[in-house]
Amino acid sequence: MQKRLPDKHGHFGIFGGRYAAETLMPALIEMEEAYRKAQKDKTFQAEFNYYLKQYAGRETPLYFARRLTEKLGGAKIYLKREDLNHTGSHKLNNTLGQALLAKRMGKNRVIAETGAGQHGVATATVAALFGMACHIFMGKEDIRRQAPNVFRMKILGAEVVPVASGTATLKDAMNEAMRQWVSRVRDTFYVIGTTAGPHPYPMMVRNFQSVIGREAKRQILKGEGRLPDFLIACVGGGSNAMGLFYPFRKDLQVRMIGVEAAGYGLDTGKHAASISAGSIGVLHGNRTYLLQDEYGQVHDAHSIAAGLDYPGVGPEHAYFSQSGRARYVAVKDDEAMEAFRVLSQCEGIIPAMESSHAVAYALKLAPELSKNKIIIINLSGRGDKDAEVVAEKMGV
Amino acid sequence: MGRIEEKFNELKATGKKALVVYLTAGDPDLEKTREFVLAMDRAGVDICEIGVPFSDPTADGPIIQAASQRALKGGANLRKILKMIKKIRNISQIPIVLFGYYNPIYSYGNRKFAAAARDAGVDGILVVDLPPEESEELKIYTDPLGMDFISLIAPTTSNARIEEIVNNASGFLYYISITGVTGTAKPSVENVKADIKRIRRLSNLPVVVGFGITSPEQAGQIAPLADGVVIGSAIVKMIEKNSSEKNLLQIVSSFAMEVKKAIS
Ligand SMILES: Cc1ncc(COP(=O)(O)O)c(C=O)c1O
Repeated sequence: MQKRLPDKHGHFGIFGGRYAAETLMPALIEMEEAYRKAQKDKTFQAEFNYYLKQYAGRETPLYFARRLTEKLGGAKIYLKREDLNHTGSHKLNNTLGQALLAKRMGKNRVIAETGAGQHGVATATVAALFGMACHIFMGKEDIRRQAPNVFRMKILGAEVVPVASGTATLKDAMNEAMRQWVSRVRDTFYVIGTTAGPHPYPMMVRNFQSVIGREAKRQILKGEGRLPDFLIACVGGGSNAMGLFYPFRKDLQVRMIGVEAAGYGLDTGKHAASISAGSIGVLHGNRTYLLQDEYGQVHDAHSIAAGLDYPGVGPEHAYFSQSGRARYVAVKDDEAMEAFRVLSQCEGIIPAMESSHAVAYALKLAPELSKNKIIIINLSGRGDKDAEVVAEKMGV
Repeated sequence: MGRIEEKFNELKATGKKALVVYLTAGDPDLEKTREFVLAMDRAGVDICEIGVPFSDPTADGPIIQAASQRALKGGANLRKILKMIKKIRNISQIPIVLFGYYNPIYSYGNRKFAAAARDAGVDGILVVDLPPEESEELKIYTDPLGMDFISLIAPTTSNARIEEIVNNASGFLYYISITGVTGTAKPSVENVKADIKRIRRLSNLPVVVGFGITSPEQAGQIAPLADGVVIGSAIVKMIEKNSSEKNLLQIVSSFAMEVKKAIS
């Protein structure tokens, strides 16, 4: 029988934990207690489900991609349409959960880090919905390459705080959000956007995102009468992947594949594949796989997808990788670009550049499988935000 | 008895307060850091905290962040820093606390680190992101070697947590005087007073106060409430501002002497 993870200090095997400065420890403990109570509280769950349905627009379809399946000539491909959530990605599932928790804890000010801007938009959205003040920390470099999302956050009433320190991308935005949280910990709730950070975040975000996998399981059982053979999802910090994987973790016949960003290639050093090519370390409050040098200094990551551009990965993925429950592969920028084009033109669905990594792996895997196999791809977000970058590269 | 305990006993016997100075190792370079430490010793500083630069210093404000980046650019790393400390030990017996984040230590290897730090003459370690819940994995190597495990207490720390922390601590307790990152706000004397009182009820360890003290006047106000004060960002900033001055060592030394005078 599998143990329930994480343990009481937030460990998933040797990974996870709560490596945080003392100023934050009481806040993390308070948050964990509030979350555990909310989890057991029927009114909290009912409220969360209400907003998922009436506001986010769930459930999202599990769409059979017929043309793509025929084109590849192998396994049947289903897309879990998280791109159809309000705000255009899976990120809203989590921000709704955390904002409701913040409200319950009497915190009226939320902060968040963002890379692609999807989590920033999802946080700004719930802040507007619940009437909270909102500050979003975003690397200067990301502000440049994800301009449409910056406008969206501002329109929603959030303040976007540019972060110039370090490499001016997602990890630095997270550093700055943590510093800000330390300084205003009494009235502020830090909404982390992925299954990373100190305990209880990896557990809490996983649970809020698990709605993806629960729905997908129900839908595939209804549509096909059986469980899928493969789940494929992209992995930045790992929230969309964990959301899909987690409800299937005990169904051992279902194979799970997390797709990391190989950037220019794993051998070039310019990538974001912490499991495939990193080593174990401690960053942002948890032990996990990191991109780092031999002295424990964390490297910048590189990916064409800003949302995957993070040098760490959620600790439960590190655990799944070590235990063998899930397998992690990496897909390069140009392969993701090609998948972006293929899905757009084959199904009329423009995927986020992050999600395109999952699609790209499916393009390789499906033709090798027989026609009676089933693959579910988590289509974590829509690609409108990436149009400019893609147009530049494709010469549209 | 270790150098830290000895130092506090000596201060106590003469009714004095400790001046603790923080320096980012390798800013502007490691040879300079070595000279600073020796100069601090001569200037009457009681304990030196040597900061190990890290790429992601989430508990530090802009001044120490920038210093860490400069140090890393200059090639500073834990191995070289320990070597530099060993060189200091040929000349000076000033108590030295290694201050930093966990990942550079973890990456070095906890067991190997403990032995190397002891060998270099490090007296205590303060790891910002290693709370009592997680510290066992390092303490099992550093405790047996007699290295002090300096622990942080924040304004947000409850009494119950203080108890847990002091059970785990040795050397001295480091009270974070502001709810914030290093060098970004002024501590309120009233709050510091109340919190030190809280801590004193639960522990007999010496308590030093740091994170927001920048001037001799402030140090003079805070020191009587505790057993010592830490000056960090103010010195780091002074080093940066005067980095091209020929008499840099002297500028920093006279500032340290001023602070020492203000708390005496
Ligand atoms: C559409 C989309 N998918 C995936 C990710 C990666 O995050 P995670 O790995 O937490 O799902 C992001 C992050 O911004 C995103 O916007």
